[in-house]
Amino acid sequence: MTTVSMTVNGRQVSADVEDRTLLVDYLRNAISLTGTHVGCDTSQCGACVVHVDGRAVKSCTMLAVQAAGSSVTTIEGLATGDELHPVQAAFREHHGLQCGFCTPGMIMTAVDMIRRHGGQLDEATVRHELEGNICRCTGYHNIVKAILDAAAKMQMPAAAE
Amino acid sequence: MGMEGIGQRVVRKEDKRFITGKGKYTDDVKLVGMTHAHFVRSPHAHAKVVSIDSAAALAMPGVIAVLTGAELVADRIGNLICGWMVHSKDGSPMKMGAYPAMAPETVRYVGQAVAVVIAETKNQARDAAEAVTVEYEELPAATTVAAALASDAPQLHPEAPGNRVYEWSIGDKAATETAFSGAAHVVSMDITNNRLVPNPMEPRSAVANYDSGDDALTLWTTSQNPHVARLVLSAFYNIAPEHKLRVIAPDVGGGFGSKIYIYPEEIVCLWASRKVNRPIKWTSDRTEAFLTDAHGRDHVSKAEMAFDADHKILGLRVHTYANFGAYMSLFSSSVPTYLYATLLSGQYVIPAIYAEVDGVYTNTVPVDAYRGAGRPEATYLLERMMETAARQFGLDPVDLRRKNFITSFPYQTPVIMTYDAGDYNASLDAALKAIDYAGFPARKAAAAARGKLRGIGFSCYIEACGIAPSKAVGSLGAGVGLWESAEVRVNPVGTVEVLTGSHSHGQGHETTFAQLISERLGIGIDQVSIVHGDTDKVQFGMGTYGSRSGAVGMSAIVKAMDKVEAKARKIAAHLMEAAEGDIVIEGGEFKVAGTDKKMPFALVALAAYTGHNLPDGMEPGLKEGAFYDPTNFTFPAGTYVCEVEIDADTGKTEVVNFVAADDFGRMINPMIVEGQVHGGLAQGIGQALLEGTVYSDDGQLMTASYMDYCMPRADDLPSFDLHHTTTLCPGNPLGIKGCGEAGAIGSPPAVINAITDAIGHNDMSMPATPAKVWAAIHGRAAAE
Repeated sequence: MTTVSMTVNGRQVSADVEDRTLLVDYLRNAISLTGTHVGCDTSQCGACVVHVDGRAVKSCTMLAVQAAGSSVTTIEGLATGDELHPVQAAFREHHGLQCGFCTPGMIMTAVDMIRRHGGQLDEATVRHELEGNICRCTGYHNIVKAILDAAAKMQMPAAAE
Repeated sequence: MGMEGIGQRVVRKEDKRFITGKGKYTDDVKLVGMTHAHFVRSPHAHAKVVSIDSAAALAMPGVIAVLTGAELVADRIGNLICGWMVHSKDGSPMKMGAYPAMAPETVRYVGQAVAVVIAETKNQARDAAEAVTVEYEELPAATTVAAALASDAPQLHPEAPGNRVYEWSIGDKAATETAFSGAAHVVSMDITNNRLVPNPMEPRSAVANYDSGDDALTLWTTSQNPHVARLVLSAFYNIAPEHKLRVIAPDVGGGFGSKIYIYPEEIVCLWASRKVNRPIKWTSDRTEAFLTDAHGRDHVSKAEMAFDADHKILGLRVHTYANFGAYMSLFSSSVPTYLYATLLSGQYVIPAIYAEVDGVYTNTVPVDAYRGAGRPEATYLLERMMETAARQFGLDPVDLRRKNFITSFPYQTPVIMTYDAGDYNASLDAALKAIDYAGFPARKAAAAARGKLRGIGFSCYIEACGIAPSKAVGSLGAGVGLWESAEVRVNPVGTVEVLTGSHSHGQGHETTFAQLISERLGIGIDQVSIVHGDTDKVQFGMGTYGSRSGAVGMSAIVKAMDKVEAKARKIAAHLMEAAEGDIVIEGGEFKVAGTDKKMPFALVALAAYTGHNLPDGMEPGLKEGAFYDPTNFTFPAGTYVCEVEIDADTGKTEVVNFVAADDFGRMINPMIVEGQVHGGLAQGIGQALLEGTVYSDDGQLMTASYMDYCMPRADDLPSFDLHHTTTLCPGNPLGIKGCGEAGAIGSPPAVINAITDAIGHNDMSMPATPAKVWAAIHGRAAAE
């Protein structure tokens, strides 16, 4: 067992876990943030995507000890109080989710995608960059719409400057 | 109609918790003292279990118990049942082998459980499972229908000689032979419908908790129908009587049919929880899901269609072999029979149909209903036949279909179904307009100039949904009735709780069902809660599958609402000293017509609960329940058109344009309906292009992870162009037909018809991988 400490959603956390514990299991079980999901065992589905030090990471592919000392953001930490992040709001507005299981990973991936592209996204880019996130419910149609809309909205304040 | 009533594109109430990470799925449940289960599974497709040695595992840290199939038998836990009796054409009942939750003597597919380890942590259970030594005596295996029906095939179950479960038929054989003998043209095809793995993103999970104080069990489970689960667990598996067993299906991450069934793992966790007197959690990993979730489809058919000289259909003759896998799953027997062959008339006048279906055991995962369940297989067969016939006759495939459409209703097919309403020309016209059919030759030429092969393909599908009239399905062998229940509880402050036996696992019932209440009472959907998925809260229900929650589930709510409204009108009339017939309900207020007298619904509700001033003899309270039993199936139908472009050098197919024109009857929330179609289309296009389940000859599942089984990704799919035409369903109060499965039913033949059009070569099996398409283009043997 190893004591692993990190900052999750702005809060300092610490837990004793087996060395082999994956980051996703640390989040879900050690500190009870169950919004991050496990949909496969092979790093394909992306239901477990979180941000580690500002970058999207599949938390089933990283050991908890590797994230020690890092700053992690999960789906639970994305909204500011009652104010949804623009990507969360866009997923709701455009019906970008059905069963909701892939949604946390989709949203965390989308936030990272929009950041990396400075909000400059088109449909082909969004579809290509969603390669690592699988959804079985929506056929991706409304997820793509939601991400494009959120990207446009997040770009607007910058364009106004 | 208010802003949140029927027909409005209301954003979903349930989304808030899902987009903020507050969804509550089964694997999120944690109980004090909870232990973890890990199953020991067979690595062989067919073998005798000679011995199981758990001594080493029991000595490992944290291990509480290792339990085997023999102990299940000793505790008289029942074998898994198949809930739909199908008789062969000779009148004999289907022949089934025993299906134990853990195999005590013989394993019949790779992944079948033989033992379970219960330990303090998940890792301890997993580690100890590796230390359980099972000695097997391997037997030969058969994974395909052809292999299982061979004269020297291994025999899976002594009860089913020749591995044959049933040899069933439907229709008039003599009339069909007469039709063929008088035919001017006969079109014949061999058609395979590929085996699929449903793959909801949430893996199955179960948390079982035995409470020794009350001698009662609670099961949290990933179920589309928790009440059916409780019934079956109680009545057949000897787990506990119903009043001592609570089944909760909380947020469920997709189902697509695969979460209808009561699986071995749930049975074992419940039984083991009582044995070890601790809560137990089991959650499938993805490879385990591939190895244990019921698969779908897997038909091999020979089909012949007879036409007269004017290209009118005279008859259809079909012989289908259905691969059931190693055991008969809960509703498996009904899928290739009553959910498949009864739809073989499609949208067409076919005077004579005769279909034979042979159900066959193989050493593979059990097969059962997967989104569409039998109807995709029927649609694929018919719509490949129609396109092929048109090509052979040199006719436009649109014209051949139109010439044979059913145009007057009700229409009695030769295969049981009575279509109640539809307008197939309307949906075809809408689709042709949307795709710009006239412009296709120009688009094809433009594609050719870019070096691409462009093709167009059609599919005019019909399905039977809203399952189903209990009396009818009972006469066909169903072990249950397929009605639905609802209870509408009005609180004293005028808010409303609707308890429903339907279950939402992505369908958005918390919104659409609330929209129905909003429509009726004029109150906001935020004043309404939908309660479902808990046998302690909802009295009973048959669950969600077969596109039934709107047509059947909401009809039950309408019936309960009718009773609530009738009582509320009486109370309002009494309070306002008006005639009951003069009461109108508008915008959340009860008004006396032609006067300025009115009172808010909340005050009517309060009066019902104070009981201070009610009509003489009226009971206090405002709560009503109802059961709704459908009068017929519903018949959603439509036309799908697919355009593809193929790179001849690589064989890669790109879906460049996809139009869906559906008739679902009344739509409660078009946004949600469209979402259902999008998802269905992705699964259907996935079946056509990407998804193939591959077994090695000795029964190893070669496609048991997302690295091997190709799930549709965002860049495999286009944005979809959706249209609707409407004929209301006359059989239920809201006129709903159902929309959950259409996309998966209608799309595969449209894709394959487009590909074969593009390459000018009619032979193409699903999935049409680049290797197969390239081989077809270049005249080489297909690389399967």
